[in-house]
Amino acid sequence: MKDLTDRALDTAAQLGATYADVRVIRRRDESIAVKSGRVEGVAMGESDGFGVRVLVDGAWGFAASDTLELDEADRVGALAVRIAKASATALRNRVALDARPVANGTFETPVAEDPFTIPLEAKISDLVDADRAAGRVKGVSFTESMYAAHREWKTFAATDGSFTEQTITQVGAAVEANAIEGDEHQRRSYPDSGGGYQAGGYEYVRSLDLLGHAEEVGEEAVALLSAPQCPPGTRTLVLDPSMLYLQLHESCGHPTELDRVFGTEASYAGTSFLTPDKLDEGFMYGSELVTIVADATAPGGLGTFGWDDEGVAAQAVPLIQNGKFVGYQSSRETAPRVGRQSSGGMRADGWNRIPLIRMTNVNMLPVPGMSLAEIVADTDDGLYLANNRSWSIDDRRLNFQFATEVAYEIKGGRKGRLLKNCTYTGITYEFWRSCDAVGDERSFVMLGTPNCGKGEPSQTARVGHAVPGARFRNVQVGVGKW
Amino acid sequence: MVTAREPESALALAEDVLARALRVGATEAEVLVVAGDSALTRFANSEIHQNVAERSVTINLRHVVGRRIAVVSTGKVDPDGLRTLVHRAAAIARSCEELEDWSGLPGPIIGTGAVTGRTASTWADGTAEATPEFRAEGVRAVIAAADAAGVMAYGAFSNDAEAIAVANSAGIRAAEGRTSAQLLTVQMSPDGGTGYAESVSMNATTIDAGAIGREAATKARASDRPVTVPAGDYPVVLEEYAVVDITDQLGYVGFNALSVQEGRSFAEPGRRIGSNLVTIVDDGSDQHGLPMSFDYEGVPKQRVTLVEGGICRDVVYDSQTAARGGRASTGHGLPAPNPWGPFPLNAVMSAGTTSREELIGGLERGLLVTRFHYTNVVHPKLAIITGMTRDGTFLVEGGKIVGPVRNLRYTQSYLDALAGVSAVSVERKTVRGFLGAAVVPALRIDGWTFTGVTEF
Repeated sequence: MKDLTDRALDTAAQLGATYADVRVIRRRDESIAVKSGRVEGVAMGESDGFGVRVLVDGAWGFAASDTLELDEADRVGALAVRIAKASATALRNRVALDARPVANGTFETPVAEDPFTIPLEAKISDLVDADRAAGRVKGVSFTESMYAAHREWKTFAATDGSFTEQTITQVGAAVEANAIEGDEHQRRSYPDSGGGYQAGGYEYVRSLDLLGHAEEVGEEAVALLSAPQCPPGTRTLVLDPSMLYLQLHESCGHPTELDRVFGTEASYAGTSFLTPDKLDEGFMYGSELVTIVADATAPGGLGTFGWDDEGVAAQAVPLIQNGKFVGYQSSRETAPRVGRQSSGGMRADGWNRIPLIRMTNVNMLPVPGMSLAEIVADTDDGLYLANNRSWSIDDRRLNFQFATEVAYEIKGGRKGRLLKNCTYTGITYEFWRSCDAVGDERSFVMLGTPNCGKGEPSQTARVGHAVPGARFRNVQVGVGKW
Repeated sequence: MVTAREPESALALAEDVLARALRVGATEAEVLVVAGDSALTRFANSEIHQNVAERSVTINLRHVVGRRIAVVSTGKVDPDGLRTLVHRAAAIARSCEELEDWSGLPGPIIGTGAVTGRTASTWADGTAEATPEFRAEGVRAVIAAADAAGVMAYGAFSNDAEAIAVANSAGIRAAEGRTSAQLLTVQMSPDGGTGYAESVSMNATTIDAGAIGREAATKARASDRPVTVPAGDYPVVLEEYAVVDITDQLGYVGFNALSVQEGRSFAEPGRRIGSNLVTIVDDGSDQHGLPMSFDYEGVPKQRVTLVEGGICRDVVYDSQTAARGGRASTGHGLPAPNPWGPFPLNAVMSAGTTSREELIGGLERGLLVTRFHYTNVVHPKLAIITGMTRDGTFLVEGGKIVGPVRNLRYTQSYLDALAGVSAVSVERKTVRGFLGAAVVPALRIDGWTFTGVTEF
């Protein structure tokens, strides 16, 4: 492999690159889809290739190919330089990178049970059993269950002598039931609508116990059909981790990405309300109970690695400390502009994409005192919301709206009847400032999403979120006409 | 060597893999080959900041043994890679359970013949040969327009060329070269205004970068210093950049045979779902869009009338949903495995008779919306969607634009929106949405429910 990375870097340097890096990536994916007890699809994909990123005259160029040959390394290295020179014809500020130590070493996700060596029949059987259990509930219209495993072998090399090799393994699974009657379509899923995901092996899938939760999933989907509509109003919300992690993702993860702040995502995903003046003034993003970090070292996270795709070592970076906005997720190019070092957040979606600032594991830290169940017991009147169903937020990440699969009424500290079609909306900092209870370690769980979209051409990132569940006051619910 | 310029080479590779799959025991097999060259120049703060190109080949093999089905994909096209591909597929298929209602792979449609080669209807050399320098020149034209207006330019200029080939054991042979190009820009002024413009074409050389830059810059300046209007129900005029979300979302949740068969869809032939001004078809041959002759199963694309005069007429089918429905595929299959069902990727909404000025002139008091942002389904059967306005929202009173307003959130049934269409523009634009490129007019809609406001 080193002969190919050396060749690409040498070619780029000889043609004028002042800095170059190359990533050689091999990916393997396996998935099983079960619908209404039938195996609808078993798929396996492999992809490998390399991408060369260069700086020429202070401008970026990038080219990639799936042909791992030395001649192709020459062609791709030269094309990246040509593209950078074209970039330089519309450049106002030369790119400058922060200093970082030369990166060398290896990293591998700890795996107890290799998901790729477990017999396919066994994995299918586990999934089908859970799916059929959900489908046996009377009134369920159809079920959908999924399993996925992902492994990536990545070699990174740069003209400063950096050379790292990493092997990342991740798995996910879910069971879901759907109930339909007339114009009503209700869905319940476990552990999450798109699947519960972690870095690790098949042991994580076993720990989910899909079969043990399948019947409840089916029963709740059916019960929701006849549940009352969530009425409009201003309510106290207790967010289950299955909803809180996406709230965190959309309203804290994205707005603290420094490339968005500097406008480089403006034409697609948007910008951010968390401008650098707010960092300087110590903007109160949330209540004092709210502490959020971007932690690429967190065990089990989809954003856990040894080095990012610029060769910056994994680290934990505080974003919100006791409610105060204190830091960004950043890159070697953007961090110096706010007087800091890269947070190590540059990640690319495979060999054919450039690294962008992406979330690693953006986690909300637990607060000692109350478990999530004790927070419910401490709530006189409110709603307990679980499992996201719909999400949307404006292009500066202020006005958000979420819908959940299920709402449980809380009366006198007890979870009661189900409500359907619950939506809630707010303004990011007002919402987080209304947080008056955060779960402790007992309810702190690692979740995440394998499909966070950003960039042009589009990229999908695998992002982790460890959250404990939390309570929020005076939130608008029941949005729209039904 | 398989390249985007040579669909025949992609088909030859597909046939090679097909033969290998049959030799290792497949009773049926389908091979999809996509070979592509893609490039994109991205700009922000009126300078190029990201600039990329890639070349790749992907093989997708659907390997069937009786009723056991495996799908395996790879980018390895050397003999070892192909050997590994078919043996892995055969092993997975042996491990799978039988799919009881497997209806078999689609065969050729008598009278349509195979599609092979690059044709003027789907391919433009001007796109395939677009260089980094060509894209940079276009970007500089956009930036010049922004500079002239005193605003900053953001956006992307991309060109894609691909060869797509399908060969299956039922006799389908299809191969085609396709090109597409898109230039989009968001422009932001120092006084809080933002604007948007976009051009999509099969031929990159037909994109007028200066005009796109000027359209967005003018809009950005027009939306300077927006004021807040309260949430509530307003009549609206939606520009084409917003209308594409209606055709996309309805295609996603409703005009899809699988969603109909599973009871998830609002679509029902004969049901009125729009005013009589609303006609939507899916037409892969419409030269105003990004044409494609066949789907990812190699089935020729049929023109499907989704809505005619406000009445739901049909939905799109792939081979499996067609077999369940007792009819022929309409040529809307996606690459296997496909748990989502078929989608309309070439939506075309009929033009009306109203000028843009008359659309706005018909608003006694309402809002003009340039585009939507981050839309998502709240309730699929009712087609309730939420999202934000973006890049130019204006208050209209007495048929005149009064001034810009801050962006609003809406929570709105798109079916109710179609029912409320009271005027359709004469002119249409080709706009890229999340389901492909749609050809859409601007619309005046009598009621739209805005449910929140934001701070800009």
